[in-house]
Amino acid sequence: MRRDEVLQTLAKHRTDELVLTTMSVAQEWPAYSQSDYDFNALGTGMGHLPDMGLGLAVACPDRKVLILNGDGSMLMNLGVLVSIAHSAPRNLILFVFENEIYEVTGGQPIPGRGCTNFAAMAKGAGFPHTFEFAELSAFDKELPTILKLDGPIFVTVQAGSSGRPLSTKALPVKAAARALRETLTGGRR
Amino acid sequence: MLQPKTIIEQLKQCGITHVVWLPDSESKFMYDAMQAEKDLGVIPVCREGEAFAVASGLWMGGKTPVILIQNTGLFESGDVLRGTALGLELPLLMMIGYRGYMEMKAGKQPFDTAAVYTEPILKTWGIPFHHIETDADTPKIAEAFKQAQEISRPVAALICVEYNE
Repeated sequence: MRRDEVLQTLAKHRTDELVLTTMSVAQEWPAYSQSDYDFNALGTGMGHLPDMGLGLAVACPDRKVLILNGDGSMLMNLGVLVSIAHSAPRNLILFVFENEIYEVTGGQPIPGRGCTNFAAMAKGAGFPHTFEFAELSAFDKELPTILKLDGPIFVTVQAGSSGRPLSTKALPVKAAARALRETLTGGRR
Repeated sequence: MLQPKTIIEQLKQCGITHVVWLPDSESKFMYDAMQAEKDLGVIPVCREGEAFAVASGLWMGGKTPVILIQNTGLFESGDVLRGTALGLELPLLMMIGYRGYMEMKAGKQPFDTAAVYTEPILKTWGIPFHHIETDADTPKIAEAFKQAQEISRPVAALICVEYNE
């Protein structure tokens, strides 16, 4: 699979879920989605998107929170799998895009390439549902069901680069965080 | 003496909805007290850096979190503190267990270097801080919270002693 195919499939099935992105995914997702419920967390600390998603999922229990993480980012903060499983928000789905490289730094291989199983780690951490996808057709078929399941849910997608240059335009993350808070609270304090 | 009940009253006064925390050597009795509070969500994390990202998510979702970690965990949290609490300019109350403070204050050799680096690092980050040593100091917690709202930045309440029953 290519990442752009996965993201387009996700955009096709996504309705009103909150979508959090980081790293290379954050630089590609805006091509397929321009929603007030998107948050591109570039620059907020590599590895910490799942924890941010945990906070949002707890704060907004009636809205699904989709976290689109990379494998290199996931390796930076594996303990958060346990933190999420412990709090067990039913509305949280953590996707890990496995390209087995640090793409934004030039394609160096990640540690554990070819031998690390993220879904097995998530299952061991206590996630009640884990899924692994290597084929786009299977992902397209199963995603609607996954989006309706009670979480927390962990999904890996083996998806390589889309083969196009990533946008390096800096995103105004501080303003975006305030805009998301405004959207989620309706301006209430 | 520093009693958890007094601290929790301060947190309730500030409208705190969630405590994101990782236990430290000062906080056993605080944990028991927090568990008994039905109106206070307690979110445990595995490493202190997570606490800042969880708190930022809670804040974006309209909640009012506080983080409760030790100074050693503050050191570990550098990049995510930079990226979330400082980068997003969160009005975040940070309650930091100040390991080694009392020994340092008494002029004794602290257990380790944690106390030595705590205040210099907070100053480097530009994070205001307040010392909480006894129950008489606990109004500073609400003051720190108010200060965080006013400057839209994190403010630290340094918990200088162990909580008592």
